[in-house]
Amino acid sequence: MSVTDIPTKTEPRERGAVSAWLSMLWADKLAFFAALFLLIVVICALFGPLMFGDLATRQNLRGRNAPPFDLERGWAYVLGADALGRPLLLRIIVAAQNTIMVAAGAVLASAIIGCGLGLIAGYSRKRAAQWIMRLGDVIMSFPSLLLAVIVLYMLEPSVANIIIVLAITRIPVYLRTTRAEVLEIRERMFVQAAKVMGASDRRIVFRHILPVVLPTLITIATLDFAFVMLAESSLSFLGIGIQAPEITWGLMVSQGRQYLTTAWWLSFWPGLAIILTTLSLNLLSNWLRIALDPAQRWRLEMRGRKNG
Amino acid sequence: MADHLLEVCDLSVEFHTAAGTVKAVQNVNWHLDRGETLAILGESGSGKSVSASAVMNLIDMPPGKITSGRILLNGQDMLKMTAEERRRINGAKIAMIFQDPLAHLNPVYSVGWQIAEAVVTHGGPKDKAKARALDLLRRVGIPEPELAMGKYPHQFSGGQRQRLMIAMALACKPDILIADEPTTALDVTVQAQVLALLEELQAETGMGLLLITHDLGVVAEIADRVVVMNGGCIVETGNAAEVYRNPAHPYTRKLIDAAPGKGAMPEERDRSGAPLLEAVKLQKHYGAFHALKGVDLTIMPGETVAVVGESGSGKSTLARAILRLDDPDSGSILYRGQDLMTMHPRELFGLRRDLQMVFQDPTQSLNPRMTVFQLIAEAWVIHPDILPKREWKARVAELLEKVGMKPEHARRYPHQFSGGQRQRIAIARALAMQPKLIVCDEAVSALDVSIQAQVIKLLDGLRREFGLSYLFIAHDLPVVRDFADRVIVMKSGQIVEEGPVRQIFDNPVQPYTQALLAASLDPDPEVQAARRIAREELQQRIPA
Repeated sequence: MSVTDIPTKTEPRERGAVSAWLSMLWADKLAFFAALFLLIVVICALFGPLMFGDLATRQNLRGRNAPPFDLERGWAYVLGADALGRPLLLRIIVAAQNTIMVAAGAVLASAIIGCGLGLIAGYSRKRAAQWIMRLGDVIMSFPSLLLAVIVLYMLEPSVANIIIVLAITRIPVYLRTTRAEVLEIRERMFVQAAKVMGASDRRIVFRHILPVVLPTLITIATLDFAFVMLAESSLSFLGIGIQAPEITWGLMVSQGRQYLTTAWWLSFWPGLAIILTTLSLNLLSNWLRIALDPAQRWRLEMRGRKNG
Repeated sequence: MADHLLEVCDLSVEFHTAAGTVKAVQNVNWHLDRGETLAILGESGSGKSVSASAVMNLIDMPPGKITSGRILLNGQDMLKMTAEERRRINGAKIAMIFQDPLAHLNPVYSVGWQIAEAVVTHGGPKDKAKARALDLLRRVGIPEPELAMGKYPHQFSGGQRQRLMIAMALACKPDILIADEPTTALDVTVQAQVLALLEELQAETGMGLLLITHDLGVVAEIADRVVVMNGGCIVETGNAAEVYRNPAHPYTRKLIDAAPGKGAMPEERDRSGAPLLEAVKLQKHYGAFHALKGVDLTIMPGETVAVVGESGSGKSTLARAILRLDDPDSGSILYRGQDLMTMHPRELFGLRRDLQMVFQDPTQSLNPRMTVFQLIAEAWVIHPDILPKREWKARVAELLEKVGMKPEHARRYPHQFSGGQRQRIAIARALAMQPKLIVCDEAVSALDVSIQAQVIKLLDGLRREFGLSYLFIAHDLPVVRDFADRVIVMKSGQIVEEGPVRQIFDNPVQPYTQALLAASLDPDPEVQAARRIAREELQQRIPA
């Protein structure tokens, strides 16, 4: 089947790019609700500590391990309370800030550095490429937890340092993926065509190669988001991660672990928050991959029309 | 009814896709007799392969669906048989060979094992399978068959792999052999050999040969009858020579008119004055492989120079060396007297505008994530001095119209166009640079015949309008004949023969050029028959 002429649709450029994107998002209902959930998480992260900072840290020893769905103590205790009687719902809202900051910071930093190095390693054939790859191998072969322990013993375990440690350990993932894709794409004809036109290396890398690599990287980054959240909680478990009274979801999961048989909700709710966040990111990245690909975009545009 | 070996009656096949139902073929009727060669001729998307796939039970259902019709093998309807019965027929009664033999041979087994396996699978005796495989290898003309038994597919050339596929297909002495574009991926001289082999084997075994092709030359060479397909329907059917001489349907007429190699050859040009581009003693090694062995070349302003040769002759390497995509090891390239090899990168950047390239596969050479506007305007982003930004839009529209497309196409992406349209976009992109010389590396070989003719016409018109020069790399001689002023014949990294197009085509001096010309297929069955006799004589004169 050769598609000679797909009927021209008057492109919705007049309506503005924003509404076009929103209608494409609405076309994929799962992605739409994922985006909605992530919006709530971001709002919690931004304003949670300001609004509920005091309530979430106030101890109430009479309400220790209070069960969920019991409204007697007020709405804040609807998800139950932790071992010190602090309301879980508020703690999850407050913890969102640290969690998202650490995870997003680490993922962004490692993705940007890894992708940048990967582009260099894949595109240049000089010795620099060799050095970068060996560096990646060294990081890969070094146990990431050990690296974290060493660095965080020497430095103070602050949010910034945790981000740095987690970012370093995740760099090789992006580095290797990017390099492998660049090696393939640089041989494609459209890159050759750009060279014939006299395009600079920078233009070829950023205009022609990067957009093709990006969807893969976004998918890896969203998967990595969950990994980093859990890695951060295992650092907290070792006592070198985020320090109490600061909280993260991962820390809440590990704190609730010892009560798992008697009070499951201590670990369950923050765990659920992690799962839902990762799942939403995954759904959204899946949507983004389709929306960014001009050859696939019609799927969303068609569905949008059918529904509305 | 039962007097035909294979008969397809009223066959209709649909495919359900996201974009709606596509009717791949509608009410197709054809039949094949013992000892006969039937060619199904059509361009890409015409549905020429679908009915053969239905015969072999290769249509994926869903998304495919056979909505009506019968397929009769010796009078029995195959569509009513069970999957088990169909499997017994495939391979044993009906065998198939494909365009790309490397994809259909398992790389981890030796070819002897694979052919013996084909014999055993269909109930052949195990102990004699090896001997039979050896027989087959010898029969299809593989050199040193005993040694070849233990070799792996990657150790053979393209033509030999196609011979291996044929050997496998013949393992069970099928009644019918279906060949789907069997020679499209091969060089002309090898194509002629493979077609000759198919013909010989058919005469020997009396099998029916169903040939699916887009190439009128192949039809003229080998087919008894031809079925012409367009848009999923049969537009014409009949004796091959008859159809060529008196095409009844307008589509067939269009197809025959589009076949290259019939126009008047251009007169010899005056070659005095300063050349536009000159290459002197270009050398290039890839490891131990000597790809260019001192190639000289001159192109005058406004001239079209064609470089022809088989795969591996170094013609693409030459093109890439001239554009400095791959730097040659030694030699010099003079553009208007300036040496590109010793030039400072900044000066070379300025010259990039004058030398442009159109690639073989437009699907590959256009960035899929850029709109047509972005693709064409990229030239002006890189070279801002060509055109101020406010004029981009108007100029893109103008260029698109020049190559026969519409200004509103500028907003679309490459995947929304057909192959021919994409190649037009690639040409518009090259023109945006206002070049003096365009290097076309097999620029039309991936296109259907009728579209090929349009693109050639477009290039020819642009040459006259802008005074462009072309370096036209091709393996297809008839295309070159209509279009080029001069022809350079290359073989294993060297120029074998060079001269004005008339001289090369009418009085070729070198045996290699003669062989190349004799092997290329003419769409006229009568011309082709004469050419075949000439080829046989030639072969007797120069063995191998």
